[in-house]
Order: sequence, then structure tokens, then C-alpha cells
Amino acid sequence: MEPIRIAAQLQEKFPNSILGITEHRGQVTTSVARTPIVEMVRFLKTDHKMNHLNCLCGVDNLHRKAHFLERFEVVYQLYSIENRTLLRLKAQVPEADPSIDSISTLWTGANWLEREAYDLFGLVFNNHPNLKRILTPEDWEGHPLRKDYALKGDQEWSGFEQLKEKAAQLKQFEF
Amino acid sequence: MGKITNNLVQIEEGIKFIPGASAFVAPLNKLINWGRAGSIWPATFGLACCAIEMMAAGASTNDLDRFGIIFRASPRQADCLILAGTITKKMAPIVRRVYDQMPEPRYVIAMGSCACTGGLFDTYAVVQGADEFLPVDVYIPGCPPRPEALLEGLMKLQEKIMQEQGRWSQFA
Repeated sequence: MEPIRIAAQLQEKFPNSILGITEHRGQVTTSVARTPIVEMVRFLKTDHKMNHLNCLCGVDNLHRKAHFLERFEVVYQLYSIENRTLLRLKAQVPEADPSIDSISTLWTGANWLEREAYDLFGLVFNNHPNLKRILTPEDWEGHPLRKDYALKGDQEWSGFEQLKEKAAQLKQFEF
Repeated sequence: MGKITNNLVQIEEGIKFIPGASAFVAPLNKLINWGRAGSIWPATFGLACCAIEMMAAGASTNDLDRFGIIFRASPRQADCLILAGTITKKMAPIVRRVYDQMPEPRYVIAMGSCACTGGLFDTYAVVQGADEFLPVDVYIPGCPPRPEALLEGLMKLQEKIMQEQGRWSQFA
């Protein structure tokens, strides 16, 4: 089935949650509300055999303007290995409450992808089994891929400050 | 009875070998430096893409083994730490721990732009030069440096080792 028709069926099934369907160069993007994201993805996975979660990532739309666009988006790239169709879901997540339900019950692999989105964008995934930082150190402050995060960060990571102190102390023992 | 001969073989400037006796005649300083420079054992420790070039330098075409440079899989058997790649702040404490586990005398080579200065990654996550937390002996520029550049860096380290004076032990 064509991806655009899958998107249309998704809209039939969840009429209140679909914000817009666009097609660009043969790729179909469906903007959706953040609820009920698990049911929508499960519908695509079971009824349309979108059995492969290609990618899950966060987006910060701080400087982008569109009528339904929220500050954050979670992008789900779903692929059907059997039917060779690709469908992209963009779930809108508002800045005031940056949370969305976890789909790690559907794909175990979503676990680490959601942790990455949490780490770098500060998006909270409800019902996630192990939501903690994955790339930056555990005591890191801030979420680096947010557009309002300074390139060099606001302050030095405390662990690196400690390392520099330790290096200065150990210098006297060099021969 | 064997014949006593006096034909010493000069194997390096100021270092002579007595054939048959398996003995060297040289100033101790020179002998130690010669031994160290001829057996730099780096720890097998790659951080990023520079490690690929480091592996290429160790493989057959360039062949570090002919200089006595043999990669050791444990920092406790290594003399030299080649920082091959980008050092992130999260990785920096581990790099330092590897260095701290190495026995003296130990040397550090910063290989590539990232290890020297942070390179193009002037960001929150990357250490802006390994010398922020490690004493670096040789800097090798390049992104990544070709195996020839790494060889030259190791030759420079050998030159540096050969010029050391009285660096015999921590307590000497």
C-alpha cells in the first residue's frame, strides 16, 4: 500500500490526532498530536506491518514557525520490511510539558533512542523502563541539542574540573 | 683457552657491543636512553578515526615493529600513550586513568588535530587539547595524520628520549 494511503487510514482511525499530512519527494510525513502515540504506532505496526523502527529522534523547533508546530517534535521513522514502505510520524510536544508516552513496549530498541532524545533534548518519555542519560555523563547539566544551549555550554562539567585538579596534583609525582 | 680480542662493535654513537660476551660498553645514561628509545611500547588505545591511521602504521606496509614499537594491550606493559582521536570530556577521566596505570618512564603522543587542540570540535563535549590534563611529549598535526606522520612523531619521541639526562628512576 502507498504510504499516503496508510497515512489516510491512520487519519480515519485517529481523526482527532492527525494535524497534517504532507508528501515531499515520495516521502510521507504525518504530523500528529502526542496522544495517543502508542496506539497510533501500534496500529501501524500491526495493521500495516510497519515492523521496523528505523529511527526515533527529537527536534527542537525554537526558531521555526508554523501554525500547529510546537517547540519540540519526536520523529518516528517507521518502515515495513515486508511492504517496503516508509512513513514518518512527527509528534508535537509542547515546551510547557515536554513529555510523551514511550513506545519501548513495542520495540525494545526504542529504549536507547528515547534515552538519547531525553539526554539531548530533555524530552520525558512516560512509562520508560530506564530513563536516564545515555551520551553525556550522568551528572551533566542541561540538554545540549536544544537550540538555546550555548555551543560551548554555560559552565564546565564538574567531572572535568575535578580531572584538571587531579592532574595538577599528580604533576608533582612525575619524574 | 679462548683468544682475547679487542674488536668492539659500535652499534650506536658511543655504545659498543662486545661480541661473544653479550655485553655493552657505554655510559649508563646513554645505554638506558638507547634501550628505551629502541623499545617504545604504546598502549593499544584508539579514541576515534586517528586510530585507523595508527593501526595502518602498525600494519605491514609501514610496520612499526621494525622500530621496536610493539602495541601492548595493557597500560601496565606500555611506555607510551598515543592519543589517537577526539577526546571527549566524558572519556577524559578514563584516558587519565589509563595514563596513571602506566609505569614510569612514560610518554604521551597527541596524534591529530583533535588530541592536540580539540580540532574542529570547539564544543561543549570535547577537550580542547590533551595537554589540559596530560603532559604531552609530541604533537602530531593532521586530520588524520598519515602513518608517515605518526612515524615521524615516534622518531621525534626517540630523539627526545635519547637526549634525556639522568632520568633513571624516580628515586635516583
